Amino acid sequence: MTRTDPLDVPRPDAQLHLGVFFQGVNHWTIWSDPASGSQIDPASFRKVARTAERGLFDAFFLGEGLRLREVDGRIHDLDVAGRPDAITQLAALAAVTDRIGLVSTSNTTFNEAPDLARRLSGLDLLSEGRAGWNVVTTDNAWTGENFRRGGYLDHADRYTRAEEFLTVARALWDGWKDGAASGSPGASTWAAPGAVRRVRHRGAQFDVDLAPTLPRSAQGHPVIFQAGDSGEGREFAARNADVIFSAHGSDFDDALAFADDVRRRLLSAGRPEDDLRILPGTEIIIGATEEEALEKKRWIRLQQVTPATALGIAGLLWNRDLSDRDADGPLPKEDPVVAENDGSFGARRIADPYTVVAEWREKAEAGGWSLRETVIALGPQRGHVGTPAGLADRFTHWVRHGAVDGFNVTPYLIPDGLDDIVDLLVPELQERGVYRTEYTGTTLREHLGLREPLTHRSTTDGRRAG
Amino acid sequence: MSGPALRLAVELDGDGAHPAAWRRAAHSPDHLLTPRRVARVAAAAENAGFTLLTLDDGVLPPGSVPDTVGRIGAVERAAFIAASTSVAGVAPVVPLTYAEPFHVSSQLASLDHISVGRAGWVVGEETQPEAARAWGRPLVEGAAARASESRDGVAAVRALWDSWEDDAVVRSVATSRYLDRDRLHYVDFTGDTFTVKGPAIVPRPPQGQVVVLGHPDLVPAEQLDVALVAGRGLAAVATAAAGAGTPRVFAEIEVALDTAHATAEERVADLEQHAPWTDRGRLRHVGSAAGLAALLERLRGVVDGVRLHPLVLDEDLPELSRLVLPHLFERRHAVRPSAGATLRTHLGLERPANRYATAAVPAGEVTR
Repeated sequence: MTRTDPLDVPRPDAQLHLGVFFQGVNHWTIWSDPASGSQIDPASFRKVARTAERGLFDAFFLGEGLRLREVDGRIHDLDVAGRPDAITQLAALAAVTDRIGLVSTSNTTFNEAPDLARRLSGLDLLSEGRAGWNVVTTDNAWTGENFRRGGYLDHADRYTRAEEFLTVARALWDGWKDGAASGSPGASTWAAPGAVRRVRHRGAQFDVDLAPTLPRSAQGHPVIFQAGDSGEGREFAARNADVIFSAHGSDFDDALAFADDVRRRLLSAGRPEDDLRILPGTEIIIGATEEEALEKKRWIRLQQVTPATALGIAGLLWNRDLSDRDADGPLPKEDPVVAENDGSFGARRIADPYTVVAEWREKAEAGGWSLRETVIALGPQRGHVGTPAGLADRFTHWVRHGAVDGFNVTPYLIPDGLDDIVDLLVPELQERGVYRTEYTGTTLREHLGLREPLTHRSTTDGRRAG
Repeated sequence: MSGPALRLAVELDGDGAHPAAWRRAAHSPDHLLTPRRVARVAAAAENAGFTLLTLDDGVLPPGSVPDTVGRIGAVERAAFIAASTSVAGVAPVVPLTYAEPFHVSSQLASLDHISVGRAGWVVGEETQPEAARAWGRPLVEGAAARASESRDGVAAVRALWDSWEDDAVVRSVATSRYLDRDRLHYVDFTGDTFTVKGPAIVPRPPQGQVVVLGHPDLVPAEQLDVALVAGRGLAAVATAAAGAGTPRVFAEIEVALDTAHATAEERVADLEQHAPWTDRGRLRHVGSAAGLAALLERLRGVVDGVRLHPLVLDEDLPELSRLVLPHLFERRHAVRPSAGATLRTHLGLERPANRYATAAVPAGEVTR
């Protein structure tokens, strides 16, 4: 293998970053195969995190659910469901891993800022600077039914609250001066006088007044991730995040367009255009040959999209109960039903089902596809299929041309789905000089090559600006 | 006095039970909030043979200046400890005065999964008005209102733990069903100040219900597995224990032991120069290891176990480990936990049936 000619590419020294997403509710994690393990046993989490660490990944991610998915008022029973509280699980993983970042998806709508900031801070200290927070929001009253406050937040206020939430969290994280707790056992006071700053915040969403109880970790703050793809979400990321997840990770032009858009928004927000890492979610399917990889992909898709799942997905599009149809038969003849609220929650909503159904019919007819084949062929095109060398060449090209900074890998098998990536793909990437051969830092912020936390930038002593 | 062997719990928050305990700790203040310290203390307590490790918590700083003002959240510490120990139960203090019961339920169920059935929960409360401003929530004012939040909160959390039947994950390849939705249940909990729909997002904890410990004046007896009772003397403890009405009763005991370098009295006096050792109305033993062993022996038959609050962890834990616990284990006055068993098993508590279970269970057996 030769290194890509530095003159040919805009980012000749760019490095690929990898994360692993231990998915919660989804049908992409194959649960029916004998090789698939428990989704809740602590051994599964340990295995995935340690394999990722062996592969020198930047981070291990956990999602969050605040209510079980429902379709037509009934709990959706086809997908993997049931998962641990993210921060609690990650605090346990902090004890059994050394370097890998530990990122929790945590909701700003149904948490209180002082409480969540403290939990994240605790994770950051217990992992010695490896914590990350994927900031997400919710607006629906359906989720709110599990919380004291109920469905109290308007859609438009989601990001307003999220931003104020972050402001409070950062103030708490910056509340202790460096070296606040004494380094001497014989000190006259436990903390230096005046070293802990009270945080008083009164805003539209939060009215708090407290003395924070935790120092900063080795990385300053937990690394901030953001995953919303809307304009609002991208703006929020440009103002606040260190890493953005995206769904733009399968097509090079699409990925590059997304990355360029994010970089423009960063500049507008007054940040350097390389201040945010772009890590699309992806699935990676590896075979010894291209043919073997494609054959593996076919098998994987059939495991992921069972007849019942195909009927369930089509049922969401048609907004009809199709569970008694034949998934291996033709598409339903009926028109989709358009309703204001179809009673389905936690599932992707389809804005214009008529257009989508028309497109499905056209392509199914042209391809001679059954309903299930159509669902597979026209579903989200997830990720990358190929040989280790072919994939390494492709990823090198992507990262050196600025389409991505890396990928957040979603294994299709738990807990062994990362093994071939770590054992076969990683060495090829290392040979091309696009992937680390050892951890050079200890914190998640260092792994990702990030600058200081945003609130630490304008002062020399590292304390919060202003 | 004799009775069944005692179960031993120890409180491991900060540097010890005394507000100025940090002054006698074997490390500098900036090492308190590190994973090494958290793991080291837990390992020492587990190796000593304690059945349960508890971790105090609250949103406000644990002490006031000039003493310790830093603390990592108890749930996070408990999860970290659960992953780095293998036998002892781990119980964080989690107050429900302002917290969301749904989150608390998920966190504690997760702790039970992480520890493979070693999770407990000490129900706490946020008593100070400042805690409301720290949470950014309206003040819950007065003991009655706090008790109401705790009562409803514990009830909601317990209902959520049952909202998945044990075998709700069916992974039926034949029918393509990962879940059997008939074995998942909306809890539809309605309390005085909140409602919770359910079901939980976390499958039922390995123990069925995490072991719930608390003070009887805060949590109704029927919601507790273990009552933590105080009393300055044996008689007061016996009275409280007799009236607890819970499956198990543990006595709270504050402990300062003689060491090779100083007597217990001297150690207490040293710290009292800096701050008073708050009197919480608990039994207190200041003296020799043998004296503590004798006191514990007298508690057999009065209570099922004790929770010790050592004056200074770095000084008292080694003495407990070296002199007190071995003495009790040798004479079978206390039980050392064994690997592979759940906390419930260690406490002699049955694994509760699920209140929502669809399988036919005679009504009388569905109680806790």
